[in-house]
Amino acid sequence: MTQEQMFDVRLEVNGATCDVRVPARRLLSDCLRHDLRLTGTHVGCEHGVCGACTVLVDGRAIRSCLMLAVSADGCAITSVEGLTNDDGTLSPVQQAFVDCHGLQCGFCTPGFLTTITAGLRDNPDPTEDEAREMIGGNLCRCTGYQNILKAVLRAAEIAADRAIPGAPSEPNVAQSGGEQ
Amino acid sequence: MKPPPFGYSRPESVSEAVSTLASLGPDGKVLAGGQSLLPLLSMRLAAPHHLVDINRLRELSYVRVDDSHVHVGALARHADVLADLPARTAQPLLGQALRLVAHATIRNRGTTVGSIVHADPSGEMTAVLALLDGTVRVVGAAGERDVPAGDFFLGPLESSVQPGELAVRASFPTLPSRAGTAFVEVARRNGDYAVCGVGALVELGDDGEVVRARCAYLSVAATPLVLDLSGSMGADGDATAAAAAARSHVEPEADIHASAEYRRHLAGVLTERALRLAHHAARSRAAHSRTAARPR
Repeated sequence: MTQEQMFDVRLEVNGATCDVRVPARRLLSDCLRHDLRLTGTHVGCEHGVCGACTVLVDGRAIRSCLMLAVSADGCAITSVEGLTNDDGTLSPVQQAFVDCHGLQCGFCTPGFLTTITAGLRDNPDPTEDEAREMIGGNLCRCTGYQNILKAVLRAAEIAADRAIPGAPSEPNVAQSGGEQ
Repeated sequence: MKPPPFGYSRPESVSEAVSTLASLGPDGKVLAGGQSLLPLLSMRLAAPHHLVDINRLRELSYVRVDDSHVHVGALARHADVLADLPARTAQPLLGQALRLVAHATIRNRGTTVGSIVHADPSGEMTAVLALLDGTVRVVGAAGERDVPAGDFFLGPLESSVQPGELAVRASFPTLPSRAGTAFVEVARRNGDYAVCGVGALVELGDDGEVVRARCAYLSVAATPLVLDLSGSMGADGDATAAAAAARSHVEPEADIHASAEYRRHLAGVLTERALRLAHHAARSRAAHSRTAARPR
């Protein structure tokens, strides 16, 4: 193969239509980071173990390092950059990570945020065991999982509070993260 | 950690996929969910010349239940099968095993048929197909054939799907009314590859006696191993002798995760656990069907 064949791919990324021209072997993770300059999606292991590159494809959490960009043609993708509310405020999951000290170095955080966002959509009120299972496929090497676990449960609370019309917005510092 | 260059086609129909694969012959490789294939490509353990991406074949994204089987199309994701209540009810082993297939994020993309064709002896769904005597329908330029599980797995990562062929569906027999199943495994973390896993199927006779007890094993042989333990299972569901029989039958290998001896030990412990659970499930299912059948 002297010249690699290129493919035209149209993606809807965080609501915006993006056209890219990529070789078939371009991973979706690299397409997001290199072609679209959306470097919020992190790449750790590149073989589906660490979960840092998790994005939502047509609403489902998937590993972007285990999907070819060309396979994603026509799909709607939400990366970590697309999780904030329309007015720019933090989503319930993002706010919960702030409240509970759910991140330290932050490398794994984009994958956790996307995974939990989809997980809470499927199960808005998880038990602690279910929350643990929800994040079981994502690796974190410095924060430790306990505060991330608290953040899952806190995110469910925030989302439930926000769903009540006229309810006051959540306080900046939640009690659940207080025993640092 | 990037895949090597390869050619790429994305057919829009099964017939187009089959003719593309036929023209490529040994150079072609099917890409379905890609959750096993992409790591192999990125780690450069595989370098197919040309990928045939079947993700546009919506006609294969079904899960269907008929009188005798649960049929799973080649594009049904693990998550789709797991979410399908009629399928899980008709054959509970599907749900019991799918819970243990990798993590939810992988199940969202990986396909059940793809993991069977991948023929990894540590894969849960290969063991399920083998335990239930399911079949895989394979289509090629010459026509289609249904391959029974017993003939399907040839070796580690080697199925009987030939170059130029496409596996379009897997069919799992539904569970008889007086039978029960269970699937248990030991892994370092939930969702990791099992150090050892056991699926069990127990069938009861009219008087509640065990007429059939079979187990399928993960990670202890080159292909999914199925043992018939009917003779060594006690009428009351006692599986101690069956566990001993399993320990003496399996010939696991040691690797970085576990010694052969530990795997053999696990095979015994998990056999007993799985058979007991399956026996319990069979008893409650038989009792329920008896109640349901009683004239009002």
